Parts: sequence; C-alpha cells; structure tokens
Amino acid sequence: MKFVASAAGRPRNSAFSIQHSAFLYDSPVQNRAVLDSVEFRDLVARRWRISLALTALLFILYYGYIILIATNRQLVSRPVSGATTTGILIAAGVIAGAWVLTAAYVVWANRHYDPAAAQLRARAEKR
Amino acid sequence: MQTSLGSPTLSAIVSFLVIVAATLVVTYWAARRTRSTREFYAAGRSIKPFQNGLALAGDYMSAASFLGIAGLVALRGYDGMIYATGWLVGWPALMFLIAEPLRNLGKFTFADVVAFRLRQVPVRIAAAFGGILTLIFYVLAQMVGAGNLITLMFGLRYEWAVIIVGGVMLAYVLFGGMIATTWVQIIKAILLLFGVTLLTLLVLAKFQFSPGQLYAAVAGRYGQAALEPGGLVSDPVDAISLGLALMFGLLGLPHILMRFYTVPDARAARSSVLYATGFIGYFYLIIPIVGFGASALVGREIIRKVDSGGNMAAPLVAELLGGTPFLGFIAAVAFATILAVVAGLTLAGASALSHDIFTHAIRKGHATEYEQIRVARLATVAFGLVAVVLGILFKGQNVAFMVGLAFAIAASGNFPALLLSIVWARFNTAGAVCSIVTGALLAVVLIVLSPTIWVDLLHHPAAIFPLRNPAIVSMPVGFLTGIIASLATREPEAEARFHDEKLRTYLGIGAE
Repeated sequence: MKFVASAAGRPRNSAFSIQHSAFLYDSPVQNRAVLDSVEFRDLVARRWRISLALTALLFILYYGYIILIATNRQLVSRPVSGATTTGILIAAGVIAGAWVLTAAYVVWANRHYDPAAAQLRARAEKR
Repeated sequence: MQTSLGSPTLSAIVSFLVIVAATLVVTYWAARRTRSTREFYAAGRSIKPFQNGLALAGDYMSAASFLGIAGLVALRGYDGMIYATGWLVGWPALMFLIAEPLRNLGKFTFADVVAFRLRQVPVRIAAAFGGILTLIFYVLAQMVGAGNLITLMFGLRYEWAVIIVGGVMLAYVLFGGMIATTWVQIIKAILLLFGVTLLTLLVLAKFQFSPGQLYAAVAGRYGQAALEPGGLVSDPVDAISLGLALMFGLLGLPHILMRFYTVPDARAARSSVLYATGFIGYFYLIIPIVGFGASALVGREIIRKVDSGGNMAAPLVAELLGGTPFLGFIAAVAFATILAVVAGLTLAGASALSHDIFTHAIRKGHATEYEQIRVARLATVAFGLVAVVLGILFKGQNVAFMVGLAFAIAASGNFPALLLSIVWARFNTAGAVCSIVTGALLAVVLIVLSPTIWVDLLHHPAAIFPLRNPAIVSMPVGFLTGIIASLATREPEAEARFHDEKLRTYLGIGAE
C-alpha cells in the first residue's frame, strides 16, 4: 500500500533524486519540538543502549569462543558423549546464540521501539 | 569410487538448463517491470521481508561457503566449523549497528548514507572507490572460482565457463535489474537450502540419523583429532583479526547493503535480517555434517585426489549417496549459487558507477531518469566485462585470499565511514574521505606484505606484516583517521544537518 501511494506521488523526473528532501531546510516547528523532546532523546538513547549491549554479548559469544579455543584446547577437545566433543556443541551454540541475539533485538524493536517511534512521528507530521 | 565428475552428464545438463531457463523467464517478467531507477536499483522497494531474507541469504552464501566449507570440514575436521561460525556472526552486528539507519537514510547505495549531510562530490567518489575496490576483489574470486568449479564439474573449458557465467548474469542484471536479481537470489537460496538439507539427510540416514554416530565414524577413520581444533586458531590474534574482517566486513559489503533499499521501510529491513540470519545460520549449522559425511563415507584421499582444496567433497558425497542424478542437481545448484552472487555484485558495482559517480559526482544530482537508467545499464555491461576479463586473466592463480581481502577492505574502508556518519555529529567530509581511502588502501597494502602474498605467492623468506588478516590493524586505523581528520577540520553545515537527520534516521520521516 505504502509503496503504491509513494510511487504515485513521486514525480518521474529526476532532479528529485537529489538527497535532501525539502523538510530538512524548512523543517516545521513541530519537527524541532520533537527533536528536542525528552521522549525522542530517550528513545534514541535507549535504542543505542540496547544495540550496544547486544553487540557486547555478540562479542563475548564469538570472540570468547575463539579465545577459548586458543587458550583452553583441552576443554574444547573433551568428548561429551561418544566421539562428540564440547567444541562441536559450542560451535552449534555460537550459531544458535547469534540468531537468538538477533531475534531478541527484533522482539524489543517491534514491541517497544516501533510504537514509540510511531507516536513521535505522528507528532512531527501533524500540521 | 568411480565418479562422473568432470564429464557432462545428462542430469547435470538438464538441471543446469532448467535453472537457467527458469531464471531467464523470471528476468523477462522482471524486465517489463523495470523502467525507473527505483525499480532498477531497488526493485520498486516492493520486496517482502521474507523474500528479502531469502535474497540476502542468496546474495551472501557463495560457492565458497557451500563447497569450500564442506571441503574444509572434510579435510581438516573441526577447523572448518570454526571458520563456518565466523561467516554468520556479522549478521547480528549488521542488525544492531547499521540496518535500520541505512534503510531510513539511503536511497540506492551505502554512499547515499555516508554522503547524506556531507559534500557530495568528494564523499561519493571516495565511497564509490571503497565500494568498487571491495566488489572487484570479491567478483574476481567468484569468477575464478566459477571457472575452476565448472571445469571440474562439467568438464567445460575454463574460459567458456567464465564467459557463460558472465553472459547469463549480465542478462539478469541488464534487463531485469534488481527485480530479476532478487528473484534469481531467492530461487538460488531455496535450491541451495533444499539441496544441502537433502544431502544432510542422506548422510545422516547412513548413521541412523544420529550425528554422534557420524562423528564416531569420522573419529574411527581419522582419529579423534578430526573433532578437535587444529591449526586454524594456532595464532589467536590472527584468528580474531579474521573474525573482525568477517564480522564487520559484512557491514561494508555494497551488494548486501544495497538489498536493504528493496524493502518498504526500516521495520521490513529489520525483519529481513532476522530471516536472513535464520537461513544462513541453518545453512552453516548443517554444512559441517555434509563435510564430515564426505570424510567418513568418501574418504579424504579420494576428495583430495579430485581437488586438492577439497572443494568437491560435497558433490562427491552427493554422487555416492544419490547417484549421478543427484550429483547433477548439486552441480547445477553450485552453478546457480555463483550466478546469483555475481549478479548481486555486478548490480552493486553498476550502482556505484552510475548512481554515485555519474549522477551525483559528475552531474551533481541533475540527471534525467532516462539518462540515469541508460548509464546504469552501460555501467552494468562495463562491470560485467571487467569481471569476465579479470576472471580469464587470473586463470590458474590462487585467488582464495581475495574474498578475505574484500571483507578486510569493507571492514576497514566502508564500515567505519558508514557507522561514523550515522552516529557522530562531528563527522565531516574530510573525515569520510580520509577514513575510506586510508582504511581500504591499508587493508590492501597489509595483505600484500602478509604471509598470504609476500611469502606464499611472492616467495620471499619472511613476511613484513606478520598477520594473514589485516583487519585488527586496518579497521581501527580506518576509524582513527576518520576521527582525526574530522576533528582537524570544521564543517558547520554538516553538523547542523546531523540534528535534522535524526528524525529521518530514527523515525523514518522523509525516508525514501
């Protein structure tokens, strides 16, 4: 729906393809108000706190795995059952863990970020 | 074991022709929908998140991951698994740091984001330089790999293999633009995931569907060492450096970043990464089973005899378990894999040349839609021809390191500028240009001085730069030069615009 609407409203010629659309230069008063609002600043700060926390977990997961292999070969080589080593399970765990971290971000963003962003957007676009 | 690898079998030719015919039909359909630049570069922003997730997976999972990692696991055991995890971990980082701002700020290329509030001409030229350098090494590795693999599997002459790949891929991109490229990547991802799943099930069926029994068989034949870390992480600094390049290189790969403009908004971009991470994670989870299955059932000696790099491990185990018809299917899937990746690379290269260089650096943004599309198609042909010519020139050369080099350039040149432009108000034109040029060139220079080229290819006794992977040095240098050059110069306009840009970055107001 969104695509159809915006495609129809867009002029087919080209000068439009320049980066900066008009709103940057004559940004309406309510845009300023939203930019300076506590809610917007909090939302952006929270978004980066969560992103960076998840990035830190990803670092611990992956580089921790590499450092574990480099420093504690015995542990990684220890058989768990039969010939299967802990290393095989850990490698599978790193892959699964990477996906879980990604999913955690999506769940947070869908539940908390998007509704808050939609509210702020409505405030900014109200004319 | 008798193998029909290397001679064109009926099933291989039929599978191959079916795949090429199907993708060309898709291209014909896509060509009728490709009129504007929005459609040519971004598929009209109409791709669904699930579809884009598959297409991202198809754009990313190259023949090197499919055949290369299976071979690495088959010949070197557990080390192949360590390598496989490295190929996945960039995706969560891409989600956390780049995906949504990239979608909100940009239009067709990652240079759109870097140049958003900076001086267009210098930044566009620098970003196109970093992007094209990344793509050239990547496409060169793909082309040489394609020539070798197709020669091995179909017995076709190397030059013909490269020309066929170039020709079919050009047809997709030239006529069907991003719409055709997307669908070729989706078809390839489905075929690859289906083929590898089937292969995994056939392997496991030999071991009562118990991975434990498979590992026991591998250990019985090659010793417990096959299931333990070997030489890959003998130097942890080098291993971490490789990990950094693989993780953050993804965040600077132009052909991957470009796919985010094919979905309607940031939310869809976010969902596509989750789908892509799921598909790619699943793939790297099961591909080691194929590799272990090949070493247990086919045997390392035979795998090595067919191809010393182990690349034929997966096709050989496919032939053993599914006969010649299944081998033909897997060979055709490997071919489709190469085509889809090369098409994505070519489209990204064309967009850097036409959208960044022609439209914004030469024409200062004033080019008609008609001109832009024409130049985009010319750039497609140019990039495709360069890829074919380089592929033929580098016949017989060892190009395995070039994918690693492409990731190192992307991590050191493109990624720091992209991230800094999104998060740092003081980042400016001087910072962006210095960061991209220094990071990218330093990655290239350090690779040349590393054991990979200095010792292995140029046969000098000792390397000047000790690490095989430069990212642990070149990526921080990319960030530092960007920060220092920004702090040394002032660009008040860029700082002022950063403030306004935030509404678009975080709320999507005014996003394309």
